[in-house]
Amino acid sequence: MSAVTHQSILPERSGLARRLSDFLWRHPHVLLLILLGPPVLWLGIIYLGSLLALLLQSFFSIDDFSGLINYEFTLATYKQLLIPANFDIILRTVVMAALVTLASAIIAFPIAYYAARYAKGKWKAIFYLGVMLPLWSSYLVKIYAWKLILAKEGIVTWALTKLHLLWLLDAWLALPVVGGNSLSISYTGTFIVFIYVWMPFMILPIQASLERVPGNLIEASADLGGNPAQTFKYVLFPLALPGIVAGSIFTFSLTLGDYIIPQVIGSSRLFIGQAVYAQQGTAGNIPLAAAFSVVPIVIMGLYLWMAKRMGAFDAL
Amino acid sequence: MTAAVLFQKVSRHFGNVRAVDGVDLSIAEGEFFAMLGPSGSGKTTCLRLMAGFEQPTDGHIEIFGETAEGVPPYRRNVNTVFQDYALFPHLSILDNVAYGLMVKGVGREERRKAAEDALAMVKLPGYGVRKPGQLSGGQRQRVALARALVNRPKVLLLDEPLGALDLKLREQMQEELKSLQKSLGITFVFVTHDQGEALSMADRIAVFNNGKIQQLGTPEDIYKRPQTRFVADFVGSSNVLSSATLAKLGISAGAASLRPEAIQIGTSWAELLTLSGTVVACSFLGAVNRITVDCDGQRIIISAPAAMPVPEQGANITLAFSRNDMHVMEQA
Ligand SMILES: Nc1ncnc2c1ncn2[C@@H]1O[C@H](COP(=O)(O)OP(=O)(O)OP(=O)(O)O)[C@@H](O)[C@H]1O
Ligand SMILES: [Mg+2]
Repeated sequence: MSAVTHQSILPERSGLARRLSDFLWRHPHVLLLILLGPPVLWLGIIYLGSLLALLLQSFFSIDDFSGLINYEFTLATYKQLLIPANFDIILRTVVMAALVTLASAIIAFPIAYYAARYAKGKWKAIFYLGVMLPLWSSYLVKIYAWKLILAKEGIVTWALTKLHLLWLLDAWLALPVVGGNSLSISYTGTFIVFIYVWMPFMILPIQASLERVPGNLIEASADLGGNPAQTFKYVLFPLALPGIVAGSIFTFSLTLGDYIIPQVIGSSRLFIGQAVYAQQGTAGNIPLAAAFSVVPIVIMGLYLWMAKRMGAFDAL
Repeated sequence: MTAAVLFQKVSRHFGNVRAVDGVDLSIAEGEFFAMLGPSGSGKTTCLRLMAGFEQPTDGHIEIFGETAEGVPPYRRNVNTVFQDYALFPHLSILDNVAYGLMVKGVGREERRKAAEDALAMVKLPGYGVRKPGQLSGGQRQRVALARALVNRPKVLLLDEPLGALDLKLREQMQEELKSLQKSLGITFVFVTHDQGEALSMADRIAVFNNGKIQQLGTPEDIYKRPQTRFVADFVGSSNVLSSATLAKLGISAGAASLRPEAIQIGTSWAELLTLSGTVVACSFLGAVNRITVDCDGQRIIISAPAAMPVPEQGANITLAFSRNDMHVMEQA
């Protein structure tokens, strides 16, 4: 039998799989339903459903005497967020998240730029490995490793001593808010570890967005008289902005929600994640825990709305 | 007078690819200079050397008498119309056109006016509010032209700017470009691989092959007196007569070029040279017929007015042409 046929329409082949594929080809909606059904159900019921349940919890309150949940609609729990002790937690977390995001973007941009514009072949592979490798090892292992690195007896102190620069570290640690007894129990330490852990989430989206900027736009800017700083400001940065915003969504929201890093490394003052953990665990105050976890959602919503208003997604 | 662009033995090698190889040229101020050549012959690289995107491996470049090596593109008063336009996708057409003025610090109102004038010049008035994505290919090309011209550069570099346009728009743009160049008096360096375009627009043409200039001269020079077989072949399909064919005519030379339209059929006056051959193929090209004749292994193409009777395929015919229309080439 030869593979060449002179028929213009091939006969239907037998077999269940064949018939099924013919049927699905004729009814593409059925295929779509089969493919999308389960994930949509998952997203709708389990994912959003639990979020809604969480939201509902935050509108209940706890009975101070019995410790039982009072299932009546009230805004009292949200009012509790505003008392100084709780509001400090929110403020501390938001400021930390903002600083971590800003610093990550500043560090990530040149790395991503190099990877997108100059790295070829082997170097590109090395770049991806270098960026992704930290993601392959356990989050906890990395954090405890950092605790050792930043500890008073750790390698940072050692290296600075050898370089006769220990006074620099001491001067920094003597500063009010950011300082402390050692790096591993200061806000500075928390900040450094946050940046380290979230860095891949910032680099990769920026790299992807820079990759899509045609090289000749940069040449066109130079050709028209734009010096490198102007080319960055008017061409490169606006075109990379969607990537930077995408990366910042990761770093910002991950920092807002994390409760392990500030617990292992940092002063013992709480972040939102720790507050949620403490409220729903030891304190047993589910409504307050729920209200605390609504805060990052609201902040992220505001953040995206502002980013959109400022035209961050115009180049998409 | 100092040349607008001067190349002295300029080479640009990429590893062992000699993209540009020992090029000498001097482009006069206000000239319309075309660089013609097949794909990969080094035209774009030459243009990039002028714009400052590439540095020469060897040799010396001057722009209006000033040394150009080591001068970054943004310090050269030279603008480029890129082959694929390179419009900024996130900026409006007006901001695209005004970009060069903005980075030079021209005030907002002034640059808006200049950009609108430039858009009017390329016949796109009122298109300023759109984004590049909302324009057709031909319109984008005009925007790219306006964006370069608004800076009043000393030299305008155009890299196959009409490549993406259909024939009609292309011809229209050719005329517009030519008249723009005349009225502005800016030096144009125009890259193309379309010989017709180069011949009709340029004051002088440099024909490139393998990174070298094969011939540099006026369109008439290049067309009528090709110096090498490559030029004869590439610039309008000229017949290249072999030494054997030339011997039959009583001429001893390596090769000579003969234009298809300089050959007549049948007539044989005493002062004309003649060859006889067999008609191999005939094709109708509108205004002319293209007749391919085989003269003892030498293919000769004749372009005869369509009004003339067409010879039968396989017929034996006599070709006649004047000695003056034949151009003996220095090298084969
Ligand atoms: N950056 C580069 N690295 C390596 N080789 C290059 C580079 N740029 C150009 N070349 C090579 O140099 C030669 C000339 O290229 P160039 O782009 O100047 O040709 P061109 O005449 O403009 O061709 P086309 O008509 O196809 O645009 C080609 O062989 C090309 O492969
Ligand atoms: Mg080219």
